[in-house]
Amino acid sequence: MTQLALVIDLNVCVGCHACVTSCKEWNTSGAAGAMSDDRPYGADPTGTFFNRVQTYEVGCFPKTETVHFPKSCLHCEEPPCVPVCPTGASYKRKEDGIVLVDYDKCIGCKYCSWACPYGVREIDEHQKVMKKCTLCVDRIYDLSLPEAERRPACVMACPTSARLFGDVHDPDSAVSEAIRESGGYQLMPEWGTKPSNHYLPRRKTQIRIHTDELIRADNPLKKERQLPKPDQNEPSLDDVTSW
Amino acid sequence: MHPAFSVIFLTTLIGVGQGLFLALYTGQVYSLIHVLPTQAEGGFYAGGSALALLFLIAGLAASFFHLGHPERAWRSAAKWRTSWLSREVIVLPSFMGTVFLYAAVHYTGWNPQIAILGESLPLDLSLVLGAVGTVLCLALFVCTAMIYACLKFLQEWHSPLTVVNYLLLGSASGFTLAAAFSVYSAPDMVRFYGTWAMIITFAGLLTRAASLVRNARLKPKSTLQTAIGVRHVQVAQKAQGFMGGSFNTREFFHGKPVRLLRSVKWLFLLGAFVMPLLLLGGALSSLAGAFFSAAFLTQYAGLLAERWFFFAQANHPQNLYYQAIS
Repeated sequence: MTQLALVIDLNVCVGCHACVTSCKEWNTSGAAGAMSDDRPYGADPTGTFFNRVQTYEVGCFPKTETVHFPKSCLHCEEPPCVPVCPTGASYKRKEDGIVLVDYDKCIGCKYCSWACPYGVREIDEHQKVMKKCTLCVDRIYDLSLPEAERRPACVMACPTSARLFGDVHDPDSAVSEAIRESGGYQLMPEWGTKPSNHYLPRRKTQIRIHTDELIRADNPLKKERQLPKPDQNEPSLDDVTSW
Repeated sequence: MHPAFSVIFLTTLIGVGQGLFLALYTGQVYSLIHVLPTQAEGGFYAGGSALALLFLIAGLAASFFHLGHPERAWRSAAKWRTSWLSREVIVLPSFMGTVFLYAAVHYTGWNPQIAILGESLPLDLSLVLGAVGTVLCLALFVCTAMIYACLKFLQEWHSPLTVVNYLLLGSASGFTLAAAFSVYSAPDMVRFYGTWAMIITFAGLLTRAASLVRNARLKPKSTLQTAIGVRHVQVAQKAQGFMGGSFNTREFFHGKPVRLLRSVKWLFLLGAFVMPLLLLGGALSSLAGAFFSAAFLTQYAGLLAERWFFFAQANHPQNLYYQAIS
């Protein structure tokens, strides 16, 4: 079984909101129609977004750390929003595990948004239907795009590659490896929703260098040995310094 | 949660309609076994169930204001296997239809006898329809309450007390209305309905108070730590990702000061329980119609406040992500 998901590396995210804007750009231009914006330049702007980047401060000054935290639909393996939908507009795809809303069936009762503990569903105030992250389902299967671009818009936009995209059920995929190797975790595990999106924690980046890694012990061509020191009296290239 | 008036009116209005129907049918069954005087004319039951039907229609109409696409409402019967909302959408019209038939049978007087129970208990069509209606009525209480009680992370709602409260509070207001209605149409039933209205209102006070106590002692399962997955005692939000409002900041918080919430709590305890109990007590001793009507109106207003508080008190875990604008 395939379960497409995002893995978001909090150690790398710099909070630039590029994923937010590129998500909005791609999804507002799609076949489903614009994601509404009201008073975008007014005093009280509001609009529909699939993705947000939030910022948290962990610790007490001066021992603080700033965590930028992108939040979008987690495409849960046990999505609590799906069974409560009275019309079946909210559904989870069998083939790739993406949780989607059928905008033509949605009656706009908002019950699914009540049933999501993460608050990732937003009603479109103009179309009056519930909207949420689609993992760019209209992009990742588009054969007219070059293969490298068949990824969600937010993943394409991330300048630090903090967002990984792939199949978390495939143990050999890059996302599974990242979850395994870097301690990937899920949000609010207490509700048993089994989110597919994982987050990689903040970690101290350390590098340890051993001297035998700088100078190879086994070096038959003597490529890295110390060069012979020239004689004091030998002429140098500029007659001032010795090389 | 942000209390939506469409849902407040839906749940309180159909509660009155359901309770009134239960009261009427209980009266009919009691008079069948000669506990209560028989109503010779069907007018009392026909008029009463027509009144119940009016409340149900008003509730259904209010519910449409909650929908973004009311013209697609018919689709919501599709997922009855998993969704309590879908089940409610099926049970409510079925119940309304049954109440209509029950009213029609009493109004037209066409009430064929279907069987005779035991030696002398005639089982006629209205009794069968009433029994079906009672089952549907109880099912509707369960469906309506389970819409809220099934959401496990809304801990204030996720309790059997929610179902009990919907059942008792709806029935209490319905029996109070039945008492007020019978003053004018069947005076020999007034004491029966008035007494039961008091009993159910008192039971409702006990269970609603129990849920208030339970909710006051709740410990939220989700914290900011589990919400973003950082294990540190000190985590503070510095930015929520936008400066203006959004659906997330509007839909999941009542936006009122805590003081108002607290006063609404005392207001509904007075309005939905204490005042109606006093008024019903006064009404039963004087049998004045105005007392019964006042009891019902106070109780209904109190229940509106109760439902507002029910929604406002529920604290959605998504609010953890929206603690600071920037």
